[in-house]
Amino acid sequence: MALLNAILRRTALGVVTLFVVSVLIFVGTSILPGDVANIILGQMATPESLAALRAKLGLDEPAHVRYFIWLSDLLTGDLGFSKAGAGAGTIGTPISEMLMPRLVNTLRLATAVAVVAVPFAVTVGLLAAMYPGTKLDRAVTFTTLGLISVPEFLVATLLVLVVAVQLGWLPATAYISGQETGMKLVRALAMPALTLIIVASSQIMRMTRATVLNVMSSPYIEMAILKGVPRKRIILRHALFNAIGPIANVIALNLAYLVSGVVIVETVFAYPGLAKLMIDAVQTRDLPLVQACAMIFCATYIVLIFIADMVSILSNPRLRHPR
Amino acid sequence: MAALLEVDGLTIDARKDDGSLAPIVKGVSFGIERGEVVALIGESGSGKTTIALSALGYSKPGLEFTGGEVRLDGRDVITMPPDEKRDMRGQRVAYLAQSAAATFNPALTIGEQVTESPVLHGQMSREEAEDRAEELYRALELPDPDRLGKRYPHQVSGGQLQRLMAAMALCGRPDLLILDEPTTALDVTTQIEVLKAFKSVIKREGAAALYVTHDLSVVAQIADRIVVLYAGDILEHGDADQVINRPAHDYTRRLMAAVRPPPAAGQGDEALAEHLRDSPAIEVKGVNAGYGRRMDGSVTVKVLRDVNLTVQRGHTVGIIGESGCGKSTLARVMSGLLPATDGDILLDGQVLRPGLQQRDRSELQKIQFVFQMADVALNPRQRIGSILGRPLEFYFGLRGRERRRRVGDLLQMVELPPEFAGRYPEELSGGQKQRVNLARALAASPEVLLCDEVISALDTIVGANVIELLKRLRRQSGVSFVFISHDLSTVASFADDIVVLYAGRVVEQGPTDRVLSPPYHPYTRLLIASVPELRIGWLEETMESQEAQAGIDRVVRMTDTGCPFFDRCPIAIEGTCDRETPPVRRLGGRHAIECHRSEAEFLEGSAPA
Repeated sequence: MALLNAILRRTALGVVTLFVVSVLIFVGTSILPGDVANIILGQMATPESLAALRAKLGLDEPAHVRYFIWLSDLLTGDLGFSKAGAGAGTIGTPISEMLMPRLVNTLRLATAVAVVAVPFAVTVGLLAAMYPGTKLDRAVTFTTLGLISVPEFLVATLLVLVVAVQLGWLPATAYISGQETGMKLVRALAMPALTLIIVASSQIMRMTRATVLNVMSSPYIEMAILKGVPRKRIILRHALFNAIGPIANVIALNLAYLVSGVVIVETVFAYPGLAKLMIDAVQTRDLPLVQACAMIFCATYIVLIFIADMVSILSNPRLRHPR
Repeated sequence: MAALLEVDGLTIDARKDDGSLAPIVKGVSFGIERGEVVALIGESGSGKTTIALSALGYSKPGLEFTGGEVRLDGRDVITMPPDEKRDMRGQRVAYLAQSAAATFNPALTIGEQVTESPVLHGQMSREEAEDRAEELYRALELPDPDRLGKRYPHQVSGGQLQRLMAAMALCGRPDLLILDEPTTALDVTTQIEVLKAFKSVIKREGAAALYVTHDLSVVAQIADRIVVLYAGDILEHGDADQVINRPAHDYTRRLMAAVRPPPAAGQGDEALAEHLRDSPAIEVKGVNAGYGRRMDGSVTVKVLRDVNLTVQRGHTVGIIGESGCGKSTLARVMSGLLPATDGDILLDGQVLRPGLQQRDRSELQKIQFVFQMADVALNPRQRIGSILGRPLEFYFGLRGRERRRRVGDLLQMVELPPEFAGRYPEELSGGQKQRVNLARALAASPEVLLCDEVISALDTIVGANVIELLKRLRRQSGVSFVFISHDLSTVASFADDIVVLYAGRVVEQGPTDRVLSPPYHPYTRLLIASVPELRIGWLEETMESQEAQAGIDRVVRMTDTGCPFFDRCPIAIEGTCDRETPPVRRLGGRHAIECHRSEAEFLEGSAPA
């Protein structure tokens, strides 16, 4: 019962958070100065033409009405149409059509990074925790701290400088049109992926090491040592089980970041991902597109953190097996 | 035949931050024969745990072996290569720690942890180990032995976990058991059961044991030989009978003297009449309280049920009961930390507002709380001077020289030198920290001092000194004390009145002399009978008694109907005690017992067994 309760409570909390986020996003985009009508008409705007366009676009309705129209459309999967004008030349394009290829690109990159970074980082973090104070541990601590402190555009730029310019192994940009397959795709993804692997692994590594080391100072670990349990088993069976919660959370945060926070990396490598689309949408005041991107990003965070919380709830025997 | 374990000239040093070494164990030698129980006794800091761990070739981080040998069957375990050490641990020498709750891994099943060592060492197959574990569960009289292994540590009680730790240690049939204060954290009623289980299982398995403790009464029940340690040196070493009945060393005699006599009538200090005024200092009237407040003001876990008590000015009321009976909850309610759901707290005849936030400064000042763990209660980043100065400034607006002078007075009051004002808590010993903790409460010049287990974490001698200090303060200041402890002997030597709490109900209260002599409530009787005596053979005698058979090592259960003590009571009346709330029987004066049995029946039940 305790388990079911915890899961239900957590699910309800997730739904409420999503709802609150949708309100915030809507309010946030509404209070931006100027609206789509301004942008479309630009210099030619007269009060009459603005009013007419607003009426046509439904912008003259009160805010809460617009919010609920937007929310119900969103819930039925209708993201609306792009309202950006002139420069972008996308007016009237369905937003889902603009989003889909970008979303695929982003997920491709995120998956590539996650598949490599998560197992690699957890393993190295565990190794560092198994041999604290050794050369390996100190090297890991020093390197990860360094990499976390350096901004990612610097990591990206240095990689371009070394791998693409000096060595010439890989292309400096990662532009993909969507038709690439096999090696071509791998080559295109390699540079941004490598940058993100470096950035994301550092945090996961540090957290894994710190959590496991913290567990390692508990009396039950000392007991295991005094029972003659080998070190490897102590780490993998006794310590890791108690460290799963925090590790799952830092992994979730990093995965969410791979979807939403990678705009710098996308820009450096000219990679057509979702984050870059959002930045472009902001520049063209394409508010429906901004809202859609923001909702995707927030939902990713909420879902991933929800999964991490589920993992830590399920790894807690107190909840799995009540008294 | 050589001894099983020989400790020979062992020295262990602590490496300090500046790289220099400080001796912890200074050339200690003794031996343990097969099948023999040797006790290491001493205060904290005497090096007893450090010596015990050396039998496993292990030292806590920061400590180093710097000389001597610890030989197991002639082989030195300190210089053993790591692989051999791992083989020896769990298989030949097994360790039982003080807190089973911390020693069991919360994420693994009990069965896996109990059978882990013999299976890993290749002594037994998993099935054999599981059979062996089940056999041990039976021998240790644990409930539901065939399914116990599949449960998790949080699903069993503290006393059961402590015995499960014995099963974990014994599963691989070790030659030597190291027991490190294995009953210190337990209630008396649980301790007695665990001790009995340890003793019989050690005998049955024919294992030798090294028993580490600071409690002489416990040692008297279990040890064949006793080694008395002080500051890393052996002061005395001899047969249990000789050390207990004819101690040779002065220090041993002082240790014996600090052991509080078993609780008996006639020990309570009578309060001085000069402090008595009309209204009691603090009164608790019909209080219900608990945790997990719901929207409608009720609570999910009800702890205190209809509690009434009165503390006269200058008097001391002792509150006793096992853990989980609501002692600390009562103190929290009285202080306002936990608002009651029903009932009133009266200070000086005035009803107090239930929550701390609503009380004004003078009400806050009059009731002060002394917490159990001075380590945790004192801010490690503040000097003693500012810890004591803060309440002076807050309540009385003292600053500068005036404040410094008062801090000096307070330190003097708790018998600490004035220069301690400049020190940090970590520079002080446990007893000194507890004195500062006390001075912090006294700084507010309170009328009521709530002391929650203030000496439970202290060594016997240090604790006895703190009690002397409390007695002196009480005489000088006229402060009223509420003194909470699970240690009946301490309460008996200090309190004017005793309140016995069971499962959130007051089952008996009255003047100390009356509570500690017949007629007793059956629960009071069980508590008194369970306090270990400094006498060889006490354990066996007590286990024969009727109370012990009925009431020892059961979990305290809160009930809404009937008497909560029903399932542990040797004189319970089926059909009445489990259904109806027991009536309060007034036995003259302040003495009252809450029970279905009559006064005559109590006396009958109290006849010597």
